[in-house]
Amino acid sequence: MKLQEYRSKEILDRHGVPLLAGRTATTPEEARAAAEEIGGPVVVKAQVLVGGRGKAGGVKLASDPDEAEQKAREIIGLDIKGITVRTVLVAPAAEIAHEYYLGLILDRAAKAITVIASAEGGVEIEETARTNPDAILRLPLHPLIGLQEHQSRRVAFFLGIPADLRKDFGRVMRGLFDAFVQSDADLAEINPLVVTDDGRLLALDAKIVLDDSALPRHPDLEAMRDLNEEEPSEIAAREAGISFIKLDGNIGCMVNGAGLAMTTMDLVKLAGGEPANFLDIGGGAKADKVTAAFRIILDDPNVKAILINIFGGITRGDEVARGIVEARSQLEREVPMVVRIVGTNEAEAKPILAEAQLITADSLDDAAAKAVAAAGGAA
Amino acid sequence: MSILVNADTRLLVQGITGREGEFHSTAMLEYGTNIVAGVTPGKGGQTALDGRVPVFDTVADAVEQAGANASCIFVPAAFAPDAMLEASEAGIPLVICITENVPALDMLRVYHVLRARGTRLIGPNCPGLTSVDEAKVGIIPGNIHRRGPVGLVSRSGTLTYEVVQAMTDAGMGQTTCVGIGGDPIIGTSFIDVLDMFNQDPETEAIVMIGEIGGEEEEKAAAFCAREVGKPMAAFIAGRTAPPGRRMGHAGAIISSGGGGTAESKRTALEEAGIRVADSPSHIPQLLRDAGVG
Repeated sequence: MKLQEYRSKEILDRHGVPLLAGRTATTPEEARAAAEEIGGPVVVKAQVLVGGRGKAGGVKLASDPDEAEQKAREIIGLDIKGITVRTVLVAPAAEIAHEYYLGLILDRAAKAITVIASAEGGVEIEETARTNPDAILRLPLHPLIGLQEHQSRRVAFFLGIPADLRKDFGRVMRGLFDAFVQSDADLAEINPLVVTDDGRLLALDAKIVLDDSALPRHPDLEAMRDLNEEEPSEIAAREAGISFIKLDGNIGCMVNGAGLAMTTMDLVKLAGGEPANFLDIGGGAKADKVTAAFRIILDDPNVKAILINIFGGITRGDEVARGIVEARSQLEREVPMVVRIVGTNEAEAKPILAEAQLITADSLDDAAAKAVAAAGGAA
Repeated sequence: MSILVNADTRLLVQGITGREGEFHSTAMLEYGTNIVAGVTPGKGGQTALDGRVPVFDTVADAVEQAGANASCIFVPAAFAPDAMLEASEAGIPLVICITENVPALDMLRVYHVLRARGTRLIGPNCPGLTSVDEAKVGIIPGNIHRRGPVGLVSRSGTLTYEVVQAMTDAGMGQTTCVGIGGDPIIGTSFIDVLDMFNQDPETEAIVMIGEIGGEEEEKAAAFCAREVGKPMAAFIAGRTAPPGRRMGHAGAIISSGGGGTAESKRTALEEAGIRVADSPSHIPQLLRDAGVG
């Protein structure tokens, strides 16, 4: 789960990372009030979970409260990569002398939390990795003992942090590491970390991505979820315990297992169709889950056919078959359904499907072809 | 021969009295797996699976009293890291964790502790493995297999079954099928399993099933080019997956910078001389083309 900048900063602030917190505003008037309270020049920043806010006109400087109100009026309601800006962060403006990139990632290759640092701050790290890979330091931390002081020093020397700010930099590293570990993050980055003209070290922008698997033990962080930025169907899916991602095609997919769900999408495409979604009903799917999955898929008016592909393992085929038949009887919209069920309790599933007169398929290629045909042919 | 598990495997099931644990333990017993013990804290002294398996309070008891030498874990995510550590501490050399949604930072610690002790961990978030006609550990349906010369390794669960079924239908049997799991931090990598298959005299060919995210397939491709002389075929799921979105598995994500795509993996495998199938059903033919069967 991605956190908004102001949420990420709240967490870093709690762990002692120096920053100019600012205040959020959802109306131009609130932005003015925030600027008045802060005093002096401010920066008004769109709070959206997509990159490239600055280029899209979502980050603007304002020298006084009047201007802050005006800039907030321009930014609130702005569409940035399909997301409508609802909230802005109003924060004190800083005079920047140097910018750095400092991040921690869950490093799957190194099996560690790894520090990523670059003296090219303010630029996306992927960009630096492409253009100037030598400017990046990657430093895996020991998974059992965590961040050590010498490692913070090494990063400080690599970045060329001014001598009088090295202690502060150590606090930034410690705070970032503690924030990462204590919130179960996948990514925590400060970009840019800056040295100001008046010699302060500050986190000007921050981004934290949390490990979804760990969210159950962090209800306080779960509460930071921004529902405005999620597809309503994806919210409904999460509440039903279904893994779902909306796409642009017209063939709805209901599959058990993430790998098979991706493969089903790939084969729909190979058969000349376009998948409308990724959907994994997960292990042990029951009738109520299948019902929820149907509702979620059919909520998309583009869907012209549904391909159901269940290969039993944890999931029992007869339960799914019964669920499909039961759920279908409750649907308001009817679309052709192609069903393939194989594996655990496969034999028990077949008569249930036959009786309900659903289109059946034995192989996945066959199922994909039938679904594409049922949706009106190749796209 | 086979790899990792065989007729000598004396399996312990952690979480045997839970709903999934019980269901799949029954299927494992029916397949012929020698389940010697179950562990559910607080239910020591009872039996599970209609009196066929003794239940112990701790893994240490199961090792001492029932001689367990492998453990399959079905406990909920919140308890799975502890279960893996308990199995390792009790001296179990092979731990297979089926549980999904184990927090990644817990897995970092578990990974390194188990590695330091020499415990082989498969998973988490995996379907387990089957050495055909010898032992089935986990949740792979037993009836899809047929004994034969092909080893299979996969990051996926149900997609693995799909490929195994296609191979069996084509008359192409398997030695061992291993699901290594779809999480970012897993105990056993593609390379670990490819190496075992490469050294297993009975395994004549290898199938590898990957998916988007990370760079394990690319590393495996380089390993195969260097070390593996046996014929291979592969499939990579997620060609239609959008970047920046987690496709169900915690590890299945194309980074917003564009790393970990199906295309990149496919290219790496093909450059290593491995044929990559467009559909799981094409794998038997690719193996035949490579001289198998």
